[in-house]
Amino acid sequence: MRISIEDVHFVYPGGVEALRGVSLSIEPGERVAIVGQNGAGKTTLVKHLNGLLRPTRGRVRIGDWDTAQVEVHRLAQRVGYVFQNPDGQLFCRTVAEEVAFGPRNLGYTPEEISQRVAEALALAELEDKAEANPYDLSPSWRKMVALASVIAMDTPIVIFDEPTTGQDVRTIRRIERMIEMLSQRGKTILTITHDIDFCAENFERVVVMGQGRVLLDGPKEMVLGMEAILAQTYVEPPQLTRLGMRLGFEKTVCTSEQFLETLRRRLDHPQSDPRAEG
Amino acid sequence: MAVIEIQNLTYTYPATSHPALREVSLTVEAGEFVAIIGPNGAGKSTLCYTLAGFIPHFFKGELQGEVRVAGQDIRRVRLEDWVLKVGLVFQNPFNQISGAKFTVYEEIAFGLENIGVPREEMKRRVEEVMALTGIEDLADRSPYALSGGQQQRVALASILVMQPEVLVLDEPTSQLDPIGTREVFQVIRRLAHQGVTIIMAEHKVEWIAEYADRVIALAEGRVIGTGTPADVLTDPRLPDYGIGISRYTAVARRAAGEGLWPAERRLPVTLDEAEAGFRAVEEAHAHLH
Ligand SMILES: Nc1ncnc2c1ncn2[C@@H]1O[C@H](COP(=O)(O)OP(=O)(O)OP(=O)(O)O)[C@@H](O)[C@H]1O
Ligand SMILES: Nc1ncnc2c1ncn2[C@@H]1O[C@H](COP(=O)(O)OP(=O)(O)OP(=O)(O)O)[C@@H](O)[C@H]1O
Ligand SMILES: [Mg+2]
Ligand SMILES: [Mg+2]
Repeated sequence: MRISIEDVHFVYPGGVEALRGVSLSIEPGERVAIVGQNGAGKTTLVKHLNGLLRPTRGRVRIGDWDTAQVEVHRLAQRVGYVFQNPDGQLFCRTVAEEVAFGPRNLGYTPEEISQRVAEALALAELEDKAEANPYDLSPSWRKMVALASVIAMDTPIVIFDEPTTGQDVRTIRRIERMIEMLSQRGKTILTITHDIDFCAENFERVVVMGQGRVLLDGPKEMVLGMEAILAQTYVEPPQLTRLGMRLGFEKTVCTSEQFLETLRRRLDHPQSDPRAEG
Repeated sequence: MAVIEIQNLTYTYPATSHPALREVSLTVEAGEFVAIIGPNGAGKSTLCYTLAGFIPHFFKGELQGEVRVAGQDIRRVRLEDWVLKVGLVFQNPFNQISGAKFTVYEEIAFGLENIGVPREEMKRRVEEVMALTGIEDLADRSPYALSGGQQQRVALASILVMQPEVLVLDEPTSQLDPIGTREVFQVIRRLAHQGVTIIMAEHKVEWIAEYADRVIALAEGRVIGTGTPADVLTDPRLPDYGIGISRYTAVARRAAGEGLWPAERRLPVTLDEAEAGFRAVEEAHAHLH
């Protein structure tokens, strides 16, 4: 299902101009990260995709639906959204009920519901916590419950707002596995993140926002090397990209595989790098 | 002079069966910047609460061992006084906002107002921390109508403005943009130079390596490592404990496995160290050719 955002402007009541003409189109099955400084408008933008906000000007289309004409509960069939602060999102007595809530609202049969719940709990590695009260879990696990509840809706588009905040490496690996699985099922995945290394390692396309606008949009190897533009919106290239730049690598590297590959190549052919001769 | 002295601290939350902290002993000197790392559930926040007096005065539970901060036994302090000495920035910034004020400016001034700081001084201090945390533009906005990172900046500012002697920061940069994160580390570093004692729970090891004086690693409530960032963050056991390491350390460890890291060199924890090591590798190879 295609997402198409056409020259969207948004002004909050009170006058803050959070979006100043954003245009983006995202094809089915794409994996896109949105980065940019605090207050850039990232959360505001994605809230337009599930109808929580409607553009002040411009248009947002999800497949053949214009979000301005479709009710929020219907949009929930197409767009799943995990909030930046998931505590506002959880209200059931057990994890299993919480995860079942969405599919139940979408009107699935009891068999379908239990199948989706089981799958989502497995993906989030929450099986052993199914009967726990979400509020007895640590904040880190609560966030996984929020992820699972959205996955259980089985929407073609899934949006994560800062999924790795406060998470340890094992949880981040769990989230990565989850994203990989969703991707294999053909879902469109949009993730807002400040964790630029996580972005470099898991997303192909990167959209950079600043002051309500899109500053850059393209493949990560292009976008994450543009240090000066990234700095305008308080983003730095990933650790290994910066290291590659320091060492005079010609190509932008994003992952440790890319870094090591370039390093090996340079060691085999030292003359291929102009700086190695000086 | 030791500002924080903890001996054999074991703490169990009410109605739980396992201690959240077990036999923790540590000391922190005045003006030291100590980072606490550890996986989710390791006890980082629990340690922060204890230093700030929330344990045992707010969360009851069972506290064993000695906790002395600024010479005082934590059991004996009164929380109302203690918050002026030891400032705690909560892990969740949404918990920090007072709910009593309508603008960001008033929110930050709230604590100073409560202790009767004169108007002029209050204005100066509030404006200073707003600049320091990059929120000057938000002065007249509602503290609730902010982005996640803006709220976290307000939460940090509202503690910094109190100028506590000990500053306890529980993942203060979790919602911040990358350069904002670096700036907060720089501000904290500067405060430590001015004599403020800093304890910061944090996952972002790249910045810990760059700015902290010392690192304490926790896992399952126990101290499993303590020392300089260079020593602790290259400890090969960290991944087994579920503690993250920087990409510099990780890539150099892989490179070392292929003989592409100088044998005599410690693994890098910062960008500068990684650059120096890989340059040395390239130079050594250039000589071979
Ligand atoms: N409910 C609201 N009412 C008024 N203004 C708001 C509201 N929510 C956000 N804003 C403002 O809109 C702008 C964009 O905010 P948004 O939450 O979209 O930023 P963001 O890019 O998600 O930032 P962060 O990285 O800090 O989460 C900011 O200036 C913010 O203060
Ligand atoms: N209020 C509470 N009541 C009961 N148990 C608690 C409470 N807060 C934390 N715990 C438990 O204490 C242990 C340590 O938790 P703590 O929050 O200190 O860990 P942490 O290192 O801060 O983790 P995180 O990285 O997720 O913030 C965990 O087992 C947790 O479930
Ligand atoms: Mg946001
Ligand atoms: Mg914590």
